[in-house]
Amino acid sequence: MSIVHVERQKSEDGEAQYTVQESPMAPAWEPGASLSVVGKPIPRVEGDLKVTGRAQFAYDVRLPGQIYAKVLRSPHPHARITRIDTSKAEALNGVRAVLSRATHPDVPWFEDTRLFEETVRFVGEEVAAVAADSEEIAEDALRLIEVEYEVLPFVVDPEAALRPGAPKLHDDGNLAGEPTEYERGDVAATLGQADVVIEQTYVTQAALHNCMEPHGCTATWEGDRLTIWDSTQSIFDVRDEVATRLELPKHHVRVIKQFMGGGFGSKQIAWKHTGFAALLSKHSGRPVQLMLDREAENLAAGNRNPTRQHVRLGAKRDGTLVFIECDAIMAVGAFMVGGEASDVDGTYQTLYRCPNVRTKQTPVYTNTGPAVAFRAPGYVEGAFALESAMDELARALDMDPLQLRMKNYSEVDQTADKPYSSPQGLRRCYEAVAERFGWHAARSGSTEPAERQASGRKRRGIGFAGHDWIGGAGHPPGYAWLKLNNDGTADIVAGTQDIGTGSRTGLLQVAAEELGLPFEKLELHLGDTAFGPYAPVSSGSATQATIGPAIQAAALDAKRQLFEAAAPMLEVAPHDLEMHDGSVYVKGQRERQMAVSEVLSQIDPHMIQGHGSRGPNPEDKTIHTFGAQAVEVEVDVETGEVTILRVVAAHDCGRIVNPLMVDSQVVGAVTQGIGFALTEERLVDMGRGFVVNANLEHYLVPTVLDIPEIVNVHLDLPDTVANPTGAKGIGESPLVPTAPAIANAVYDAIGVRIRQTPLGRSRVLAGLAEQGAKR
Amino acid sequence: MHLVSFRINGDERSLAVEPRRTLLDALRADLALTGTKKVCDMGDCGACTVLLDGRAVYACLTLAVDCEGREITTIEGLAHGNELDPVQRAFVEADAYQCGFCTPGQIMSITALLAEQSAPTEDEIRRAVSGNLCRCGAYQNIVKAGQRAAELVAATRTNGSNANGSRASAAAGAGDAPGGRR
Repeated sequence: MSIVHVERQKSEDGEAQYTVQESPMAPAWEPGASLSVVGKPIPRVEGDLKVTGRAQFAYDVRLPGQIYAKVLRSPHPHARITRIDTSKAEALNGVRAVLSRATHPDVPWFEDTRLFEETVRFVGEEVAAVAADSEEIAEDALRLIEVEYEVLPFVVDPEAALRPGAPKLHDDGNLAGEPTEYERGDVAATLGQADVVIEQTYVTQAALHNCMEPHGCTATWEGDRLTIWDSTQSIFDVRDEVATRLELPKHHVRVIKQFMGGGFGSKQIAWKHTGFAALLSKHSGRPVQLMLDREAENLAAGNRNPTRQHVRLGAKRDGTLVFIECDAIMAVGAFMVGGEASDVDGTYQTLYRCPNVRTKQTPVYTNTGPAVAFRAPGYVEGAFALESAMDELARALDMDPLQLRMKNYSEVDQTADKPYSSPQGLRRCYEAVAERFGWHAARSGSTEPAERQASGRKRRGIGFAGHDWIGGAGHPPGYAWLKLNNDGTADIVAGTQDIGTGSRTGLLQVAAEELGLPFEKLELHLGDTAFGPYAPVSSGSATQATIGPAIQAAALDAKRQLFEAAAPMLEVAPHDLEMHDGSVYVKGQRERQMAVSEVLSQIDPHMIQGHGSRGPNPEDKTIHTFGAQAVEVEVDVETGEVTILRVVAAHDCGRIVNPLMVDSQVVGAVTQGIGFALTEERLVDMGRGFVVNANLEHYLVPTVLDIPEIVNVHLDLPDTVANPTGAKGIGESPLVPTAPAIANAVYDAIGVRIRQTPLGRSRVLAGLAEQGAKR
Repeated sequence: MHLVSFRINGDERSLAVEPRRTLLDALRADLALTGTKKVCDMGDCGACTVLLDGRAVYACLTLAVDCEGREITTIEGLAHGNELDPVQRAFVEADAYQCGFCTPGQIMSITALLAEQSAPTEDEIRRAVSGNLCRCGAYQNIVKAGQRAAELVAATRTNGSNANGSRASAAAGAGDAPGGRR
């Protein structure tokens, strides 16, 4: 049974605040503990549903009387709507409801903006929504809506947006909040103390999530109750945000998500489609499905914020870092949607031991679609710059880049002056990658790469990068319920969601391990706000580390009650009992046992229910996750094409609960990293303000033909300081070091430093041409 | 509205559809066969791959009215009751997916390949799914699943039993998977 501890504190403004801690968590599975289910490569429990087409995604919901919705979007990057007339659309046969500013001028949505804005700020911003008997009729209706715009000047480039006289997106100007500044030590005072200084500007692009299942939902508003099947990473956030904005009690909104076709950070908020579908259902009296088409998905469903990072690193001749400095600006797009979470500055402050660090990051509004978190937001962008700069520093010092990293290793979170919960985690990643890749052998005898491989069309090089990441720790609150059934099975209920990462399987492994019931006897029910206890958003690589310990605690709670029930049956004290393989045993006497089903049948219909809650993280330690990757590339100096030949990755995700799924996460993230590094870039026509490649034909995500062998070295490093299961998240971190490792390998191959992602053919050729011109 | 009749997963069906309705929308909206997925709706991603007269096609680029008298197999037509066919089993064993949204299309592409080439090389497997995007990046395991599926199909044939997936094999005609993307 969990216990809630509440403490009253006064906040700075004198208001009462309450801090909540819940206990107990289960005793930790210490490193070296003999575990029978956790650590096994069990295939996904929902596999049969996914391979038969029976897994029901939001897009697949089919309800009686269901109709379909489409959205009219702005063709202008910046304009004021002076007139909108939807009467012809409403009159079309088969049209059931139409929404626009005319019908709903004041529904609040993101921050200070509304569901329908009078001023549209990017190409693709929502202007009206139509529900009709078919998608085709809805499309016809969109063409009948008359809109007049007063076109306004616009700005796409974030630096241009900061200049005096730039077109203003919002009354307060184009700064999306105050810049975030951080300093420790004194960078200015130590500038002269470095023997070598690297000073460069690095640029990262706007990357698009392009989840296979677009954003969207099916909604049905019946009486004063609203049910939404949303393609979301956070059923509870969608519930709360929709309820607040549409003025419904939270518990009258039910959000369901069983399967989702990818999210990668972009589906962690209630986007406008949820409001449109809900209101269209209310007005039509029908269930409404509204799924974005691929173009809208690329325009108005989030992106990784493009950045420009000015970096200065100073080091002593022996490689010791003297200072690190970064001044970053990032384009957040037309407005803040509330799910950005992009700390470009983070890794500069923590990855290396360095007494003098100064960072500044400035978020800027631009007339482009709003940014939102994208798998390790901020860290992917920051790591590209920092790890490229570290490679430049290693070259300048004539040092092995791995040795330079070891030289500046930090076992402490220097921003909080706390040790890490796994202070050797990153070192183990470095070592594992170096060993499996054969880093030292590959480097030995190498000189300046341009000289080493001065001839030949195809040139090979190797590159290395490491990283840290603030995600993966998990955090309270989070809950689980467990009921034992009299046939010896158990149902576990949690309000979390499986976003495609394998959470169903990994969480069940935790339950089976603690409970002592066979894995196949357990079932996990999740993804429904009406039936599950609260769980936070599945982002920040948090689900396993947040809900896992709650499930472990619920299993322990149920097991203790079962021992109470079995004790009189076996004529011993409850503490003399243990449970495994579906039976309760008297400790040390294997022959004195009862099957769990037998114990429960004896008390039926009384039942045993376990409750578990996620306890607090340690106060005196910082929980980060870490990783490193090495890559080998081949560069064609005639076409500029970069081919990845192999990737070796090692990541510290604590205890590995399921190696099959950890491998899939790592390989998948590296694959996305290859796309980010080489081909993926949202292209905006600077003169017209529209996205020219808002589709999967010209926005190039990697295909099966683009991916080399990717090896994930398993580091099983149980982190029981972090939580009693010892497991941390792995979802995001393996994307972080891929792009800088590739850029560093490209330099190794051709001696050209490319400081802008993606490293497409034109950038490689331009770099080669510039190199030729210098000679 | 036009009346169109075809055979789908073994059943004769007739539908009244607008001439502009794609096979993909007919499957998903008119027949509630939602296993076939809509991702790009313009022939870029392969998520809507189905077999048309045994040949892998993109359902989003096929008009429903063009299917008169033809034989269609979708992901729902592979398993026998709750018994998975070899390609489906191989995908589960190899963890050849994460979110599972592109999976039906990947499986249909591999199914079309195996119907034509029972012992494909790794390169042939890659080419067969090169028109099927997977944003979760499960390609490495999709290729492994293709290899495993070929083994399972071969084993079934050797045993001479009523082969799972024989429906697709029987329907296989000349043709190729949708071409590679670039």
